[in-house]
Amino acid sequence: MIRFDYARPTAVAEALQAGAGTHTAYLAGGTNLVDLMKENVARPLQVVDINRLPLNRIEELDGGGLRLGALVTNNDTAYDSRVQERYPLLASAILAGASPQLRNAATNGGNLNQRTRCYYFYDVDTPCNKRNPGEGCGAIGGVNRIHAILGTSEQCIATHPSDMCVALAALDAQVQVSGSAGDRTIPFADYHRLPGDEPSRDNTLQPGELVTAIDLPEDSFATNYTYLKLRDRLSYAFALVSAAVAMRLGDDGRIAECRVALGGVAHKPWRQPEAERLLIGEQPGESVFQAVADAVLRGAIGRGKNDFKIELARRVVVRALGQAAARTPQSQTDKRIA
Amino acid sequence: MNASTKIGIGTPLSRVDGVDKVTGAAPYAAEYNVANLLYGVTVSSRIAKGKITAIDEAAARAVPGVVDILSHANRPKQAWLDRSWKDELSIPGEPFKAFHDAQILFAGQPIAVVVAETFEAARFAASLLEVTYEGEAHNIDFEASLAEKFLPKPGSRRNNYHPPKSRGDAQAAFNEAAVSHEATYHLAPEHHNPMEMHATTVEWHGDGKVTVYDKNQGSQGVQAYLASAFGLGKKNVRVVNAYVGGGFGSGLRPQWQVQVATMATIHLERSVRVVMTRAQMFTHGYRPECTYTVKLGAEHTGKLTSIMGDATTSTSRFENNMEDIVTWGMMNYASPNIHGEYAIAPRDTYTSADMRAPGAATGMTLFEIAIDEMAYKAKVDPLEFRLINYSEVDGMNQTPFTSKALREAYREGAERFDWDQRSPEPRSMKEGRELIGWGVATGMWDAQFSKTSASAKLNANGHLEVACATSDIGTGTYTVMVQVAADTLGVAPEQITAKLGDSDLPTAPVEGGSWGAASTGAAVQLACETIAKKLFKAAGKMDSKPLGDAKFEDVEFVEGTIRRKDAGGQPLALTEVMRASEFTVIEAEETASPGIGGMISMAQKSRNTHSAIFCEVRVDEELNQVRVTRIVNAVAAGRIINPKTARSQILGGVTMGIGMALHEETFADARLGRWMNHSFAEYHIPAQADIHDIEVIFVDEPDAEVTPLGVKGLGEIGIVGTAAAVANAIYHATGTRVRSLPITIDKLMG
Repeated sequence: MIRFDYARPTAVAEALQAGAGTHTAYLAGGTNLVDLMKENVARPLQVVDINRLPLNRIEELDGGGLRLGALVTNNDTAYDSRVQERYPLLASAILAGASPQLRNAATNGGNLNQRTRCYYFYDVDTPCNKRNPGEGCGAIGGVNRIHAILGTSEQCIATHPSDMCVALAALDAQVQVSGSAGDRTIPFADYHRLPGDEPSRDNTLQPGELVTAIDLPEDSFATNYTYLKLRDRLSYAFALVSAAVAMRLGDDGRIAECRVALGGVAHKPWRQPEAERLLIGEQPGESVFQAVADAVLRGAIGRGKNDFKIELARRVVVRALGQAAARTPQSQTDKRIA
Repeated sequence: MNASTKIGIGTPLSRVDGVDKVTGAAPYAAEYNVANLLYGVTVSSRIAKGKITAIDEAAARAVPGVVDILSHANRPKQAWLDRSWKDELSIPGEPFKAFHDAQILFAGQPIAVVVAETFEAARFAASLLEVTYEGEAHNIDFEASLAEKFLPKPGSRRNNYHPPKSRGDAQAAFNEAAVSHEATYHLAPEHHNPMEMHATTVEWHGDGKVTVYDKNQGSQGVQAYLASAFGLGKKNVRVVNAYVGGGFGSGLRPQWQVQVATMATIHLERSVRVVMTRAQMFTHGYRPECTYTVKLGAEHTGKLTSIMGDATTSTSRFENNMEDIVTWGMMNYASPNIHGEYAIAPRDTYTSADMRAPGAATGMTLFEIAIDEMAYKAKVDPLEFRLINYSEVDGMNQTPFTSKALREAYREGAERFDWDQRSPEPRSMKEGRELIGWGVATGMWDAQFSKTSASAKLNANGHLEVACATSDIGTGTYTVMVQVAADTLGVAPEQITAKLGDSDLPTAPVEGGSWGAASTGAAVQLACETIAKKLFKAAGKMDSKPLGDAKFEDVEFVEGTIRRKDAGGQPLALTEVMRASEFTVIEAEETASPGIGGMISMAQKSRNTHSAIFCEVRVDEELNQVRVTRIVNAVAAGRIINPKTARSQILGGVTMGIGMALHEETFADARLGRWMNHSFAEYHIPAQADIHDIEVIFVDEPDAEVTPLGVKGLGEIGIVGTAAAVANAIYHATGTRVRSLPITIDKLMG
């Protein structure tokens, strides 16, 4: 059998100690890591099972935010009454992903750290720079209709597959991590990274660091928001393109603030603050939405089979902005697009 | 006594194996826990073509628990001649022989098996095998393969296919037609992916005898195949496939895992299990990719004057898999001029294979999209267009049908769907941001009957056992057998046990082609009739003469009794006859076959099922998300044995048809020569959210001639044409015609 050491600590400090070596993996829900181990993509020598760590609560933060423990499951998060009332964008994004069974097992920390669904990454008989640096990218010039159009490099065009993270990016969440050098807080925009010349690194965690919580700021955008996801079937498929919109309208009906994050298009949830700024002070409307969409997609590059994503993403941005402005957020049960 | 209390043919009996299946009591091939079992994990080729130059086994063999590693270098003796590897449904060419030599014919080819005391050890060791290859140029790109398309001469060793018949001058009629249409259609390759992965557990009994628990659609075919290929002798091989977790055709021919498991067992003289991974489910047969150019000519009225079809499907380089693609449209519609061309294009994959309604699911579906386009060109309602060109006879062979209630299917389906409320113009129906489209299509499949034997055994306590070597691939064969037996002998279903899926049982063909219910049902009925006659004879010998002077024709078998149809005398319990006659058991075995009359009928008449599918889609006007919100499928399939399991078959077929329309597609990387989306995460079939209302109608279609029970079979008709109804509805909704299935968002972006 595949031999690895296994530790099951009960305190974060013990977990960090157990996870300090090389070829270490933290195991939470296991919905991705175990698959990757079966496929020989992940070969940890030390598996640190963190399910007994006290990170499984959702707590109020001083100053009005909410702290989501890293081990709270995706479904427990989405159906938590505080999340539902104050952060419906997050609840909606979580429920747009995976299946109920998976969401019951998958955790919040694990959701951040899930790996790409690139076909080549998953198939060890094909080249992949993310799995095996220097081997080449199979997806460039290959089967790439699900691949990235923004922020790619010649090393890697993989996407980050999460729905939840797209909402977290729009909400300006913060990631709490602990490591041997102490605790630190990472703004969500800085948590995931672009592939560049180091596509094997999905995020900015240092070796051995552990996600302990995700903090949601007080500003929850519970009125004008949407999570709109387009995919190859109506459920249980990763996004071709998705958009999380968090908007605030002033008393005059003009847009006071708006964030737009895209999923399925890049190595990380994609935000373009300059594009977002185009909305400030504007009346919601098709033409400004179009301008924003163009700005968000500026610099997008198709690789052949995924060319359609550029235009699809434009349309998704426009529709999602419209849904948020009209307070008709996308339902995740009725798949009709409002 | 009224007949309505009788449970038998026509009763919506719940599946007799349902509880066993949902409670886990029904064992599948990988679940037989035989003693002293070894586990084999198969290593697949990384390259698509070339040869193996070296296999370094050192690291793998060092893994504790590893017993042996088999490959072409050390495999046990196999039959040398290709003819020894023929299976029940062999096709022209050279059958694939695992580990036969160092040649690599396709990516994912099984090249070695690591056998260990535990599955975990075998899997780990398999990942450590170092294989060195010498690659050769390969091609798996369908477009590129068309340059090499060919059709072997009919009757040659490499062809057992009969090309379509031509009539009149189709090209001239097309040229002169008042209305004409020509377009090329495409279907992506699809892999069967039944829920149960292909698996084999071979139990070694010593002295050369094996029991092979195998996932397949025909135990006796696999038995003969293994006996021949490995020189075992038929008497030494028993094959069991009592439960099959879906087949869709992937188990019609022996798959490579049964070769590998049997080889390992022979070599090690121990029981061995081999189970394919989901990714390996993409390393054998698949529904061939197809390009199909249709040319139609018609008068102003819409009356067809010319039907031309030219199709090519994909096959491997080592076998010629041929399908009837272009015949279906010509059979279904009336046209004085028809012409069909067909070819196959080889590429470096495993051989394509039959998949649910092979040929028709592709050919009829694509043709029905062309018919829809023609209806718009002729400015005729698509349903009306089909009625204008309705053919009372088989349009290609010019033979009458034993029955064809397609007209009734169109009518009943249209009524239920409210087709007359349809707005004719494309893009003319809308609700909110969703464009609404209504489409119609026709389905057609064969109604076949195959020689089949069955036995029946009535015990003194009234329990009846019926048995046949046929398979139940999830279609409900167990239930059908029980119902036919209950109908014939009047025994309550709970008193009947059906046995199948075992090569020791009475002879049956592989389960496929939708012939199972008609053929097995007929055999069970014959065996039970023989029991009935024996019972009647025994009753006649009873001193009390309970049936008086009644002849066999004067009695009926109901509620566990024999009684006079004229209601004279008391019903006589079957158990009473057994007791009085001192029988412990009555047994019979009978064979149902078409016979000479049937053969003559088959030559003179066409036998087909038909269907009319109506579909509503809703398509987002900008984002092109498609929802199939309503389907009515009206099916003409002769006599329905069980309305409940029959409906389930159609629901499953329609669902698979929706998948064909919108989801299913295996992507090839031409550079690497491999299929890339080999998992259920990325090979999409419909999810619950994709399936809305599906209504199934069975139209009345009495047919005493098609098969002994009047049954036509239902396993495949549900998928045929469904994807066309969806595609046609999408056109009606959007005004965008997509000629390549599946219709994914990108294709609708325009």
